[in-house]
Amino acid sequence: MTHVSDLIGTDIEKYLQHHQHKSLLRFITCGSVDDGKSTLIGRLLYESKMLFEDQLAAVEADSRKWGTQGGQIDFALLVDGLAAEREQGITIDVAYRFFSTDRRKFIVADTPGHEQYTRNMITGASTADVAVILVDARKGMLTQTRRHSYLVSLIGIQKVVLAINKMDLVDYAEAAARRIEDEYRAFAAEIGLTDITAIPLSALVGDNMTAPSQRMPWYHGPTLMGFLETTDIDESRLQAGPFRLPVQWVNRPDQDFRGFAGMIAGGMVRPGDRVRVQPAGRESRVERIVTADGDLALAVAGQSVTLTLADEVDISRGDLISGADSPAEVADQFECSLVWMADEPMLPGRPYLIKLGTRTVPGTVTEPKYKVNVNTLEHLAAKKLELNEIGVCNIALDQPVAFDAYKANRETGGFIVIDRMTNATVGAGMLHFALRRAHNIHLQHLDVDKAARSALKGQAPAVLWFTGLSGAGKSTIANLVEKKLLAMGRHSYLLDGDNVRHGLNKDLGFTEADRVENVRRVAEVARLMVDAGLIVITAFISPFRAERRMARALVAEGEFVEVHVHAPLDVAEQRDVKGLYKKARRGELKNFTGIDSPYEAPEAPELRIDTSACTAEEAADRVITFLQLRRMIA
Amino acid sequence: MESAQRLTHLQRLEAESIHIMREVVAEADRPVMLYSIGKDSAVMLHLARKAFHPAPPPFPLLHVDTTWKFRDMYAMRERMARESSMPLIVYHNPEAAEMGINPFDHGSQIHTDLWKTQGLKQALDKHGFDAAFGGARRDEEKSRAKERIFSFRTAQHRWDPKNQRPELWHLYNGRKHRGESLRVFPISNWTELDVWQYIWLEQIPIVPLYFAAPRPVVERDGTLIMVDDERMRLRPGEQPETRQVRFRTLGCYPLSGAVESGATTLVEVIQEMLLTRTSERQGRMIDHDSAASMEKKKQEGYF
Repeated sequence: MTHVSDLIGTDIEKYLQHHQHKSLLRFITCGSVDDGKSTLIGRLLYESKMLFEDQLAAVEADSRKWGTQGGQIDFALLVDGLAAEREQGITIDVAYRFFSTDRRKFIVADTPGHEQYTRNMITGASTADVAVILVDARKGMLTQTRRHSYLVSLIGIQKVVLAINKMDLVDYAEAAARRIEDEYRAFAAEIGLTDITAIPLSALVGDNMTAPSQRMPWYHGPTLMGFLETTDIDESRLQAGPFRLPVQWVNRPDQDFRGFAGMIAGGMVRPGDRVRVQPAGRESRVERIVTADGDLALAVAGQSVTLTLADEVDISRGDLISGADSPAEVADQFECSLVWMADEPMLPGRPYLIKLGTRTVPGTVTEPKYKVNVNTLEHLAAKKLELNEIGVCNIALDQPVAFDAYKANRETGGFIVIDRMTNATVGAGMLHFALRRAHNIHLQHLDVDKAARSALKGQAPAVLWFTGLSGAGKSTIANLVEKKLLAMGRHSYLLDGDNVRHGLNKDLGFTEADRVENVRRVAEVARLMVDAGLIVITAFISPFRAERRMARALVAEGEFVEVHVHAPLDVAEQRDVKGLYKKARRGELKNFTGIDSPYEAPEAPELRIDTSACTAEEAADRVITFLQLRRMIA
Repeated sequence: MESAQRLTHLQRLEAESIHIMREVVAEADRPVMLYSIGKDSAVMLHLARKAFHPAPPPFPLLHVDTTWKFRDMYAMRERMARESSMPLIVYHNPEAAEMGINPFDHGSQIHTDLWKTQGLKQALDKHGFDAAFGGARRDEEKSRAKERIFSFRTAQHRWDPKNQRPELWHLYNGRKHRGESLRVFPISNWTELDVWQYIWLEQIPIVPLYFAAPRPVVERDGTLIMVDDERMRLRPGEQPETRQVRFRTLGCYPLSGAVESGATTLVEVIQEMLLTRTSERQGRMIDHDSAASMEKKKQEGYF
């Protein structure tokens, strides 16, 4: 069928031109020990005429010596490589096989089926576009079938072929195949696999391998080879994603040229595109896409290129060049799935090296939230991960890195874990998302913590968050509260517009976005100070519920006291201590809360004080009383 | 959304090989490219020049020589070193030289072990190279099918098939202790046809011995051996005759089998390769010594 296509003999140049435009499909085969996986691969090699006479002769000799097919050609022997394995009669590692047809070139990752080799399957699957999962038609779904399917979904392969093998041994019965297919589809849906093609076949005899089987007229789907030759490789999805180039190497042959070399991990790029260099965040414009074959007008995911930028930007190996309009996230703490691949177990808190893209940074892993029983998919409690175990953990890196969720991009969301002593690759992980600081993972070396610091001060740390219209009396009351706390020997700090807007936030204006950022920074500073054991008082209009909710989420339950300092707009406007309402009414001040920008009143504040009905002194006393009632101060 | 730009299999293989070479240069202290002058080396060198363009590849070429290569190969070696502006290191194992090791008196096994296997280890140690690129492909031989792209070697240059690092995605772990080294195979995923196709597409120069020409040969044990210089020892009754032959793989001339062929151009060579029914390693005598021979040699430190 394939290489022996007539063109080879008649018009070789035309054949080569045709061959040159083939695409490349990588797939993995997974099956249990006796499912006939090696036979299936051997058959594909044989059918694609990739075997030479001397190789066939060697296999025939081997078949007599080692074979399990009673002297017949044992296709499995074509693919079982190492001497040690031959003796055991099983494959024990990941092997890569190659064949091509008139339409495609194929790379097959052949991985073992037995229990202890999760790591090999994950390795082989990490670069595959398609997974071929074998089941024996006589046995149906086995524990291993579930395990392999779970691993396939974990590593993010979308397309699955369910190869129902050995149909010759069940008399090519439709019912047998249907039963297995139905059971499999129900299970696969549970683990998020939906793109499934079930093909009943016999690798040994050759049914539905390359030609539709006459013995299964009830089957109308593709043959295995037919499916592999035509299924979509999904380049468009990767190219449609945001532009990502992990910088491998800075090419600097002389003073005039400075290029950033790497393989494009997502999206596409053109000269003139704005890019952001991450994690630092500087932006520039792509000047040239340099290759040895000349500059390109467009480069896409999967190509190795060298970019030059319009500006002198400090970039080194490990940086990520991203599309400026859709940059990657930057973080130093993540939740991830982790597959452990070493005999030495994964120990929480031990420093490892994490290699993500082209960046290698030190980091630690927390105790697993749970590990997964790959046979039952149950979540189990675990203190560590052993060889071939899979868990969900948090990781903390010593430096922030740019990343995407693994689901969005395998190349910028997958990482390996390297042992610092042996340099071995001991684990592989898939990033889920960055951790909110509120869910900060607990690092082992933080022996002095919030509890210790606040115990020293004899108080429970808290945030007193004053919110309300300008002129409602927030700053006045906040000042009085702090004076009273000081008099009581309490450690506090007042954050207000004066000490924040003039320093930390002096780059911010009064647009909606800037006001959100203003509040975010205040909330973060408050969180740090709470961590230091202080009672923090903030006095900002903070008009939006969402930001106040965000500030609340940053600290622990019960530490956030929202104080709504209320005055009716006309009362506040009448007070107009700073003359701001008048300015706003004249239109000289834009986005002024209550005039041309909304104030979203708290729905359930811890405390609500109406300053049109009490003095500032009375209001401050109410706050102190509240804290005492809550036993936040003695 | 604009439509996707489809990459061909050769474009993807090329990009992957370039990625691998750049990773090595970024992570190794002293990389080197093992240059054996054959077609796989030619492709590898071509890829290296592309990977680091406009700079020259930032590593030297190392030829571990046996002194028994074809004359055409030595000429090609000098030419490519010149054209690539890469430093060329030629290493001869002094013990093998002193003992006068040759394929006639000592057989292919000892000859290969001393000149190549031992010579390679000595050369790497002498220059302190910690990463060596090689042009091996996974499709060449069964034990190679499971070779890693970054193949880790102990300080004694040993390969332990059970103790290789898993390779996921495009993440390669190039870390090692002092004295340990890596053999790196950037064209692991290429097949023989891919190599030929790429040579054709990129017009990469290769040794003329790959093309058929009238050459003096003797037929010995069913194999055609070329009489490339006066050191060739003829057995009683052997008389060199001129035949139209070419070579599918190149090594030491007394150990390389020629095939009779009319393929004088590149496309004819490819055509013949596609129509032939025997694999390229058949002409390479080293494989015939014993079963699983390549695996054994690898454990000992042969490439």
